[in-house]
Amino acid sequence: MLEIKDLHVSVDGKKILKGLNLTINAGEVHAIMGPNGAGKSTLSNVIAGRDGYEITSGSVTYKGDDLLAMSPEERAWAGVFLAFQYPVEIPGVNNTYLLKAGVNAKRKHQGLDELDAFDFMSVVKEKAKLVELDPSFLSRSVNEGFSGGEKKRNEIFQMAVLEPSLALLDETDSGLDIDALRIVAGGVNKLRSADRAIVMITHYQRLLDYIEPDFVHVLANGIILKTGDKSLALELEEHGYDWVKETL
Amino acid sequence: MASNEDIQKDLEAREYDAGFVTDIESDTIAPGLNEDVIRQISAIKKEPEWMLEWRLSAYRHWLTMEEPTWAAVDYKPTDYQSISYYSAPKSDKDAPESLDEIDPKLIETYEKLGIPLREQKMLAGIKGSNVAVDAVFDSVSVATTFKKKLTEAGVIFCPISEAIREHPELVKQYLGSVVPPQDNFFAALNCAVFTDGSFVYIPKGVRCPMELSTYFRINALNTGQFERTLIIADEGAYVSYLEGCTAPQRDENQLHAAIVELVALDDAEIKYATVQNWYPGDKNGVGGIYNFVTKRADCRGNRSKVSWTQVETGSAITWKYPSCILRGDYSRGEFYSVAVTTQCQQADTGTKMIHLGKNTSSTIISKGISAGRAQQSYRGLVRMGKGAENARNYTQCDSLLLGDQCGAHTFPYVEVKNPTATLEHEATTSKIGEDQLFYCQQRGLSEEDAVNMIVNGFCKDVFDVLPMEFAVEANRLMEVSLEGSVG
Repeated sequence: MLEIKDLHVSVDGKKILKGLNLTINAGEVHAIMGPNGAGKSTLSNVIAGRDGYEITSGSVTYKGDDLLAMSPEERAWAGVFLAFQYPVEIPGVNNTYLLKAGVNAKRKHQGLDELDAFDFMSVVKEKAKLVELDPSFLSRSVNEGFSGGEKKRNEIFQMAVLEPSLALLDETDSGLDIDALRIVAGGVNKLRSADRAIVMITHYQRLLDYIEPDFVHVLANGIILKTGDKSLALELEEHGYDWVKETL
Repeated sequence: MASNEDIQKDLEAREYDAGFVTDIESDTIAPGLNEDVIRQISAIKKEPEWMLEWRLSAYRHWLTMEEPTWAAVDYKPTDYQSISYYSAPKSDKDAPESLDEIDPKLIETYEKLGIPLREQKMLAGIKGSNVAVDAVFDSVSVATTFKKKLTEAGVIFCPISEAIREHPELVKQYLGSVVPPQDNFFAALNCAVFTDGSFVYIPKGVRCPMELSTYFRINALNTGQFERTLIIADEGAYVSYLEGCTAPQRDENQLHAAIVELVALDDAEIKYATVQNWYPGDKNGVGGIYNFVTKRADCRGNRSKVSWTQVETGSAITWKYPSCILRGDYSRGEFYSVAVTTQCQQADTGTKMIHLGKNTSSTIISKGISAGRAQQSYRGLVRMGKGAENARNYTQCDSLLLGDQCGAHTFPYVEVKNPTATLEHEATTSKIGEDQLFYCQQRGLSEEDAVNMIVNGFCKDVFDVLPMEFAVEANRLMEVSLEGSVG
């Protein structure tokens, strides 16, 4: 589904990713771990198409297409979803209204009829249950006045509605208390499927107790330094990232 | 994603879609201003002697005045001798008896603007559309619809030139009672040369059975439009009034100096909404309308209420402060405004709330959006007079900037002469965030749709109070105005 080859990325002239390789297939759940400043968020932002990242060389292929040539919304239509580390507040814009516009833009692109308000609401109410999102959040302004946990829950709710092929979860576990973590992780687990890939970016092993990954990667020094199964995460937890560097 | 350069470039590509010119024969008085021109206008309008005298005295006063320069706008001074003060479609010398007598080209013009004049079309057309329309083309009112239904309710809704002839007692009593001829430079000019506009009288205890609406269109070249609107809501009456404006795209600046006077007596309520889309000029600031307007409401009666709601996207220069004089005890004034300035537009706009009566209250919500090289100022005055016991005001001014070459300025003035008065003022300035845009795009919205959604969200407090008919139009207008404002 996603193939990243020798990706080099700079931000303001500073090299962040230095020849990163990563292959992700449908149905897989990957965890990307790594120390602060390793380039984890850079990677997810580059995949989603955020401005401000200079790709100096390498390629990203998604479902056979050159992902880097696509605009952010084209990537969204093609099924790329990013659960933001810091979901932004948009005052006055109704949460459901934004989602409906997104879903219908995607449907229009796919040549499908747009969903009317009634059909859309029934989808939304169904999906809200997945992450135990109180229905009152649906009619509130996007993320405005939401607590940290509510924002993250809202991201996973949006993922459920948009039904992406490739979901990037950027530190979705940060700032969550243990109950919220359980609920969010439960939502993600329900969204695992054979035709969907999920990439979790996290600092902590504890998320992986709830969402079991097929692969764990250590991202450091701008490359994938080491890949393993979930036991790698446990070793990391025990020994720290320096241990990975030393073992190489 | 949009860099500022992209925003700039695409803003320049923005087009004004009401900018067409209607090719129609007009009777126009030669440019220039003197007592003879005023006599001529008055004669064309078949006005009584007292009206002419009123005009002349305003003109003589205007000669002693100087054009104000305190507003934060910059423009070449107008040569008042190069403007024509009267222009009317030729076929329409006498007011038409019915819509059939109107030049089809005019009807076409209004239809292009999306303003249906044909009553049957309105009745059969859009569901729930129930609006009586008065259309003013250059200097004359060309059509007023739904007259019969309004007459049955006792409502007078007609061109002001007709009201001067048919209802002189009402006009004499109220004209200039809210904005006196000597009020300001542009007001004095308007009093001298105003040509048409709408007149509304709602009798005691009557709730106007439909929305009333006037559409103003400046068509002729080098013509000023000086319309005058007078609305009187008698005791316990209610009316909701909508005003819309457009003009063709021309390289010359055109002057629009209107006066709107509202009078609300005991327990009366007037809602006045404006969607103003005068031609704003091109990307280099050439052409466009100078919109120098005096709008004022007098809440003369106890428990009377007036609300101004405006969505402004047009004009090269705007100088406008719809105000409320809260004279009656427990009277209430509201001002809800969305102003969009792009390219080289300049706007100095706001409101005045003059609290005189006891327990008066007012709310001001102003949303300013600037893009391109536009400059926008909010200028608001809240005055609590000596007698304004327990008066209250709440003011909120928010500015949103798109790009980094535009500016937003806030000038709040507060004068309090009564210690029991309460005032609250909140102001914010924000830039449309790249992170907000990216968030929306990541969810599948195009960049343009994302901007529209964020801007509409920003304006929500105001759009929520617009009449239904206008809310849709306002939304569409905002989208057109900001079209191409990102890359």
